[in-house]
Order: sequence, then structure tokens, then C-alpha cells
Amino acid sequence: MVLNTKQKDVSETIKAAVNAAIDTFGANRDEIIPILNDINTRLGYIPHEALDQVSEMVKTPKSQLYSVASFYRMLATKPRGRHVIQFCENAPCHVVGGREVWHALQEHVQLKSGETSKDGKWTLLTTSCLGVCGVAPVMLVDEDIYGNITPSEIPTILSRYE
Amino acid sequence: MKTYRSMVLVSSDPISMERGAQQIVENLQKELEQFGISEEVSLTMVGDVGRHDALPLVIVYPEAAIYGPVKPEDIHHIVEEHLYKGRIVNEMLAASRELSGKIAWLSARKGTLPAEKRIVLQRAGLIDPGNIEDYIINEGYEALGKVVSNMKPAEVIEEIIKSGLRGRGGAGFPTGLKWKFVSQAKGDRKYVVCNADESEPGTFKDRLILEGDPFSILEAMTIAGFAVGATDGYIYIRGEYNLARKRLEAAIVQAKEMGFLGKNIFGTDFSFELHLHSGAGAYICGEETALLESIEGNRGEPRARPPYPTTHGLWGKPTLINNVETLANIPAIIREGAAWFKSIGTPSSPGTKVYTILGNVNVTGLIEVPMGITLREVITIYAKGMKNNAAFKLAQTGGSSGSIIPSTMQDTPMDFDSFNKAGVALGSGALLICEEDTCIVDLTKVLMNFFRVESCGKCTPCRIGNERSFDILHRISEGLGTANDLKDLEEISDNLFQLSNCGLGQTSGTPIRDMLKYFKAEVEAHIRLKVCPAGVCAMSGQKVHA
Repeated sequence: MVLNTKQKDVSETIKAAVNAAIDTFGANRDEIIPILNDINTRLGYIPHEALDQVSEMVKTPKSQLYSVASFYRMLATKPRGRHVIQFCENAPCHVVGGREVWHALQEHVQLKSGETSKDGKWTLLTTSCLGVCGVAPVMLVDEDIYGNITPSEIPTILSRYE
Repeated sequence: MKTYRSMVLVSSDPISMERGAQQIVENLQKELEQFGISEEVSLTMVGDVGRHDALPLVIVYPEAAIYGPVKPEDIHHIVEEHLYKGRIVNEMLAASRELSGKIAWLSARKGTLPAEKRIVLQRAGLIDPGNIEDYIINEGYEALGKVVSNMKPAEVIEEIIKSGLRGRGGAGFPTGLKWKFVSQAKGDRKYVVCNADESEPGTFKDRLILEGDPFSILEAMTIAGFAVGATDGYIYIRGEYNLARKRLEAAIVQAKEMGFLGKNIFGTDFSFELHLHSGAGAYICGEETALLESIEGNRGEPRARPPYPTTHGLWGKPTLINNVETLANIPAIIREGAAWFKSIGTPSSPGTKVYTILGNVNVTGLIEVPMGITLREVITIYAKGMKNNAAFKLAQTGGSSGSIIPSTMQDTPMDFDSFNKAGVALGSGALLICEEDTCIVDLTKVLMNFFRVESCGKCTPCRIGNERSFDILHRISEGLGTANDLKDLEEISDNLFQLSNCGLGQTSGTPIRDMLKYFKAEVEAHIRLKVCPAGVCAMSGQKVHA
């Protein structure tokens, strides 16, 4: 994450991430999604400075890059919290108790979908199906999948994250 | 090849990994060493085997004993009792789903019911997906060898046409015909694309195939490349499917080393390269032209069709796009012959179908069964009935864009033609089974919310139609519905069918259409009586923003 660091460090971090991504995939227009995805993984989101640099290196207008970055759910154009909670809001989770879990989750972190907490700890998102519907309802905290969750388990699960 | 006395498999799907599967494997290694039997027992991690009720699993062959959910500290006891002393630890077996906790399809081979028929998942859960030798021993690459050394491309296509295989992505287009179109299309380069952007809610069949048997997809794509004259293949895999992607990456490396991919396959003139492309989270990219846009590095917005991808696909070249499950059938058809394939399933829809069973039933998970099975059979036999003996109210088939069918239709055979006749979409094979306490307005609202979020926004009927219908349903669920709402919903759903640019928009009106067709009285109760008969909707009488 790049929060709370000095401006100079920030731009250095961004530059390093962009270079690493381009080294991996090549300065190729067709590889824009993998490049942006890589930067997103390294920085937690895609800052505008990163788009500027990619634009120059891949020789593609920034507008096109932004249109791609803002289209895909896994790419973020704004900073996110230290931990990202993604709750599945699709029918298979919904009909087996997902609705109650979702209410409990919003209540617990005091956020609505799409919001980030003031202390920068949590970002709460709803997501489409994660493909583990056999254990619905399902939520994802960062990379960890939790299945068969009940409203009362929410505090325990979230207490594992600093 | 080395032989073992026992084979131990540990499930390594994301849920199992999260619950300590890695530690279980390490403990197994340690305990096997300590009992001095590590040379006699093979230890393998396998993908998802369809038993989501008891993860992580430890499966021991030849007894086919399934232990689960297993904790790392249980391993000492299992190794000592079962593997060292030869006694199955009955109290640790996974809850009986099929006969005495044994794998359903293994029992089926012994002639006991309920049977499954596994073609596309025949190796999933049995072989090590990270080892090409395991695949080869289990009939892997036999089909490709036969194709490149003994068959002409036209003969391969003829065989697929004769098999009657139809696309398993949802639309059910005859696969052989699609291959023929691409082979006849003019172009200096051609491509084969595997659509692994599985994001239809409630569907995870492709993930299981990719995690459990990645080489089968590589083999099938190479056969397809040979048949249609393509030099390159792309697998477009959903961004969220990390494990499947890793398995595919490793599989591609191994296949190249073995000479099953790359230049001069099997020492012939035929060369074929495979590339892996990850999605970045967009349901629309499962639509084939949106998928092509995404591979090319653009927003995943569908193209206007025609021209179809068979003539103007990836970078404007003729492109064959097949779903994962469709491709997984190909090696078996080549190996066993079209006549064998036609003998399974129904005459109009040969072969098997993988279904994911979800919702208010006793057993969720997935099954692969011959085409033509009925919903009643699925619920009573495979899902072991409704939870808490509740009454079955409706099923939602094929993910969000599929159909909602009432209990009166549960005896319709599930195959492409029977479903078409009944006006139902088979779709991706997801079966969301709902009990009497499900509210149709609430369910439809959730489905329309999905389309509202996932619409790419390119064409107006879909962008605005889904938003509007969600708003109306939301109002109805708060007790603010008006008499005009039904008419408006019907109009919007008609517009979606007729005016949308792509398959997403054209099918997004289905939940509304089915709701009005089968459950109109329930919707009217919300509007006229301000009552939710199932007691689900808030009916607050207040405007609430969603």
C-alpha cells in the first residue's frame, strides 16, 4: 500500500510497479489488461500517475487505458482499504441465508457497498458469483474464501485481520 | 511405473486450502514416514471432487473411503488405523451422501445407484492434475495421437458432427458445425479460443474440470487447432480462478516439454501454441465477442453480429470459440467414437451434462449425468431431498440468465430440445432449487440486480431496462407497487428480448417473464394487498434506496 508515505516515495513505488509490470508483459497494446492487473496487485489500485506512465510506454492514449481500468471489477482506480471484503450477492447465496449475512456484515463494519472505512482498514464490496456456490453463502476477505457463513460468525472472521 | 498399496488423495480446492489442506499433506508425509510406509502409499493433492459438504477431504483408495472434514490433527489416527493397520476409521468418514461414504461414481461402476456417468470429469479427483504422466496413463493424449497421425482434419470434423455434440456454454449450438464453419473460413491465420470465463451465478463446472483435469482442455484445443487449421490457441480464464490458472500454467509447460504443444507435435508438421489470458472481473466477457475484445486489451463490450467470430474473430481472423465443458468431451469422442457418444443421453442431445446443485436441498455439489434426467430425479436422488422436508417451490436453471421453473414442470427431461419446447433455457447447468419460503419478487429482484450491475452499458435497452426493472421490483418489495407495474415490467422484458445487442441483454428479461408467467398471483398480492405471502419482503411502505 502507498498510504501514509512521503510523496517522493510514492512516485518511486509507482514507477517501480509500472516498470515491473511492463518488464513482465512487454510494452504491447494487447497486454494492457495483464499490465494493469499486475500494477493493481502491486499497489492495491491503479493511480493516475501509473496510467500516465503506462500510456507513454505502451504508446496508447490514457483515455483508452482509463476506459479499460474502470470497466473491470478487479481493477480499482481509487485507493482501497488494507483489507477488501467482497460479499457475493447472487441468487445462490441469497436464498440460503445470504441476505441476513449481508445485513450483519454492513452493520459490523458500518459501511455500505463500495465504501472504505475512515481508518483505511476495510473496503466493502459486493461481488458477482465466486464459483464456490456449494458452500453458499460466501465471502472473500482479500484472498481468503469463507463459505457456509452465518451472521454470528462475521465478528470472529473479521477479527483475524489487523 | 511404480505400484503402490494405497493411494491417498487430499482435496486442494480453495476452501480446502483455506482450512489447512497444506498442513494435512505435510502431516500425512510425516506420519507415513514414521510408520515406515511412505514407499507403499502414494500421496497426491487433487482438485475439487464435488463434495463441498465435508472439506477438506482425505480419500483413501482402493477402499474409496472419504474422510472429511479432516483436521490436521486427525491425520495421525487415520494413518495408524487405516493405512498401517488396515481398518477404516468409520467415525471420521464424511457424512453418508452416497452408499456408506464412498464416491458416487465409484459405486456406480459397481452397479449400485445413484449412478453418475462421467466423461468430462472422468479423471477429476482421480489423477494428479499437476502431473502429465498421470494424465497419459489414464488415456491422455491418445486422441491427439490418433488425430495427428491417422486422421485428416475433415475426418475429425466429420466425427464431431456425427457425435451430435452441442455446445455446453448455454446456447447448445452444434459443435461440429461450428468447427466446419471455421475450417471453411478464409484467413491467413486462425485461432482457437477456450471460453473459461465461467461467471454465471451458481455455476462452477468449468472450474472443476480445469482444476481437476487441465490437460484434457489442452489436448482438446490442440485437436481443434488441427481440425480447423489454427496455429494458436487462447484460454480466456476468469480472473478470480487463481488455482485453475496455476494448474493450466503448469500444464502448458509440461505439455510443451513432452512435445504435445509447440512445434512439430508428435513429430508431424503440425504446430500449435497455447496462450493463457486472465480476465479481470466482468460477467459480460463470457459473451464470446466481448471475450475477444478483452483478449485484444479492450473494454469487454460485445461486437455487433454478424459477422460471426467463425469468420471475423480475434484480430479479425476466423476464430473457433468453445466452452470448457464442450472441449472436455472432444478427446473422449475421438477415442471412443461418435457412435459411443450418441448412445449416451437423448437423441437430440447426446452425451452428459454437468449440473451444479444448489439452494435449499440436503446435498449441494455437482454431478455429471446423461442428458435427459428430470429435475425431480435430481432433487430426490442426488440432492437427497429438500432441506427440513420443505416443499419444492421453484428452480432457477442455468444461472441468472436461465429460467425460473415452477414445481409443476419438474418432470420435463433436461435436454436442449425438451427444454426449448417448454420455453426453458438449460443454460450453464446450474440448478438453484428453492423451497416454499422463497419469495418470487425477492428472487427476481436479486437476479435483476445482477444484470443491472453486470450490463456493460453499451446498448440502451439493457443498460436502462435492467436498471428500471430493478427499481420497480424494489418498490414492489417495499409495498409501493402500483397496478401499472406489471404492464411496465412486461414491456421492459419484451424490449430486452427484442432490442438488446448481445446474449446478456436478450436473456436478462427472462426472470421477469417467468415471474409473470408462473407466479403472477404472488406478485399481485404484493401490489394489491401489500402482503408478501412468503414473508420475505420488507413491505415497509417507505421509499428506500437500494
